[in-house]
Amino acid sequence: MNIDKTQPLEYSTEQGRLNILGFWIFIGAEVMLFATLFASYFTLVDRTGNGPSGSEIFEITPVLIETLVLLTSSFTIGLGVHAMRIGNKKAMMSFFAITLVLGAAFLGVEIYEFVHYVHVGAGLQVSAFTSILLTTLGTHGLHVTFGLFWGIMILMQVKKRGLTPQTANKSFIFSLYWHFLDVVWIFIFSFVYLKGMM
Amino acid sequence: MEFFERFAVPHPSPAIYASMVAIALTSIAIVAGLTYFKKWGYLWREWLTTVDHKKIGIMYMISALLMLFRGGADVLMMRAQTAVPENTLLDAQHYNEIFTTHGVVMIIFMAMAFIIALMNFVIPLQIGARDVAFPRLNALSFWLYFMGAMLLNISFVIGGSPSSGWTSYFPLAGNELSQSVGTNYYMLSLQISGLGTLITGINFIVTILKMRAPGMTLMKMPMFSWAGLITNVIIVFAFPVLTVALAMGTMDRLFATNFFTTTNGGMDMLWANLFWVWGHPEVYILILPAFGIYSEIIPTFSRRNLYGYNTMVISMVVISLLSFLVWVHHFFTMGQGALVNSIFSITTMAIAVPTGIKIFNWLFTMWKGKIQFTVPMLYSLGFIPIFTIGGVTGVMLGMASADYQYHNTMFLVAHFHLVIIPGVVFAMLAGLTYWWPKMFGFMLNERIGKWAFWFIAGGTCLAFFPMFISGLDGQARRMYTYSEATGFGIWNMLSFIGAIGLAIGFILIVYNIYYSTRYASRDIGDDPWDARSLEWATHNPVPEYNFAITPQVNSRQAFWDAKKNGHKLFKGGYKEIHMPNNSGVPFIMAVFFFIFGFGFVFSMWITVIASLIGIIACLIHRSFEKDHGYHISAEELEKSEVELRGAK
Repeated sequence: MNIDKTQPLEYSTEQGRLNILGFWIFIGAEVMLFATLFASYFTLVDRTGNGPSGSEIFEITPVLIETLVLLTSSFTIGLGVHAMRIGNKKAMMSFFAITLVLGAAFLGVEIYEFVHYVHVGAGLQVSAFTSILLTTLGTHGLHVTFGLFWGIMILMQVKKRGLTPQTANKSFIFSLYWHFLDVVWIFIFSFVYLKGMM
Repeated sequence: MEFFERFAVPHPSPAIYASMVAIALTSIAIVAGLTYFKKWGYLWREWLTTVDHKKIGIMYMISALLMLFRGGADVLMMRAQTAVPENTLLDAQHYNEIFTTHGVVMIIFMAMAFIIALMNFVIPLQIGARDVAFPRLNALSFWLYFMGAMLLNISFVIGGSPSSGWTSYFPLAGNELSQSVGTNYYMLSLQISGLGTLITGINFIVTILKMRAPGMTLMKMPMFSWAGLITNVIIVFAFPVLTVALAMGTMDRLFATNFFTTTNGGMDMLWANLFWVWGHPEVYILILPAFGIYSEIIPTFSRRNLYGYNTMVISMVVISLLSFLVWVHHFFTMGQGALVNSIFSITTMAIAVPTGIKIFNWLFTMWKGKIQFTVPMLYSLGFIPIFTIGGVTGVMLGMASADYQYHNTMFLVAHFHLVIIPGVVFAMLAGLTYWWPKMFGFMLNERIGKWAFWFIAGGTCLAFFPMFISGLDGQARRMYTYSEATGFGIWNMLSFIGAIGLAIGFILIVYNIYYSTRYASRDIGDDPWDARSLEWATHNPVPEYNFAITPQVNSRQAFWDAKKNGHKLFKGGYKEIHMPNNSGVPFIMAVFFFIFGFGFVFSMWITVIASLIGIIACLIHRSFEKDHGYHISAEELEKSEVELRGAK
């Protein structure tokens, strides 16, 4: 296998470079997926039927916690990738593990939030608004859940095999995914919650 | 008993029972045949686990042809039903199911599969690559598409087919008006095969951007590869919209959400918008590769360089952008007001400009050329006038105000069939005939091929021209019967005769494949058409590694230059080649997806969860697997190259 030493580890093989480009294009598709959800959300946001509207059910505290936790996790995974670049496997693994813990914390708060919505009469089937709200949030949450499992698998591989071009490539791609989830959350925070509470 | 009752077909007819028997017998025959001839191992090793883009392309092609005949059988029943007034051959529900599945099968499972078949086979060869960027994902793409197709196809014997049109408009497709599981099948099978298509899109963008032979800049790339690149960009941006729409539709039907309902704030027009935001670009996903194929075939058989290469590329880019800006023209009459209609009317008609540029480019390519009337060229020549008629009537439909007259009539049906059939089907048949020798090492018989062409071209005209008249007279589409007083009878009878003509043409193609397999000469060399692009520079049949030495490109017509001007394509000696290993995981994973889809259709949640665990297990297996592939050494390479040259 050809390994290009002048490149960072994750870019050092031909297949690694292809994987990263492929993943960027996949993120393009994900952008379209969330854009469609947001467009549908804006279409249905005022169509509350007999159910509650956003301003009636949104609570700022759990949302702030979620935002804080997820934004921090984006920062820690950045530190993790930096540690990977300088070849510090232990630091890299620690930062990735912190990221996953923060992700799990985010998910925990989100599950609390969903239970709360159902409790106050804003379940999935109540109106077009609640359907699209819970679907949009749920799709993001599902992505985070998937990311948690993915991240654990990668950590196990890094632990077992060390920082090789392959594991570095996987970790880097995972970090792209994680940052992307954060970007989506910023849109959810701004245009679903803040706009909804105003 | 209740558990089994929901698998029953809601509107059984003798035809459906006959199909059940036929499916059972065919399955038994296939299993028995494979066992008797001891081919299970061969099937598994050579096909089910393959990651070779050429074999995947061939499997796509076989599936597409099968789906063509499935969709074609639907058509014959439809046209037979409407051939005479007040016919009672089919009942209304059966007719609804047939036109719905005809649309879905032909667009998603035939046309899409056919373009991806040719892209798979041709593009890596044409750009001088060893394979696609992600060979295993490519296999997964195929199997997901295949399982999606099978899921829709079992619907008419288990539980009932979708019956609310291929557009599946809500509230018609909602639980109240579509009570059978048919629409669940629609949602799930499109979802699964759409996932495969999205993966193909990503795979081919990376392949085309990163794996071109040295010297082949983007503007030196053959036109079919260009078309492939732009098509795949459209796929990546359009298919996620469908994913979301289908997911919402599934949730509406199975979890009682309120996206597209008419109560609790739901909005049925949201489905129409989302569907066509995907659906209109989908039209160009189908037509652009077809344009690419014609741009390969017309120069080859005119013995001229393609006229206006740059404008061809620019017009494709413009078409791809405009394709996302016209979706509202599918529902001009659903009340969005004059301003919105005007905007979408103008963007719609604007697409005619780049398309017209392409038509003129092909005509100028032929100008003063030395035209050879081979079968691929005949399809290309037949395409131009028929497609132009279809296109011009499309501009008529694009005028929002006039559209109020002919929307939802047979006029529309005639328009889009006269664009899609010459645009996609002719191109696929032309491409099939053109690249057949590269795929299988022998030519299809020209004489039978020409007979098939004339039946298909004539059948197309006869089947669809009468619909312009009956449509303007007011015959609504999807109408299962009509009274004699309407006077539609004669036009529908002509359409029926045209459909039979088409059927004869397709049967001739199958006969041609059979005939040529038995009798055609295997001694045809590597370049039987005297063609111009790189796929003809490799051996016949193509070895698994495609090119023993990576070609060096220095012009748009690299292979032509190599032949005529003595430019050297292959420089240097043999070097070791790295190849990916076969893998059964994509197939197994797709089987889990099939079970997942089937469980979802019937709300069998234990099945769904079990198959989901299977899917995740496959993902984990892939993640942990160390797959370094294998190497073909320089000596082996030299040996097999000498053998291949000797085989000529």
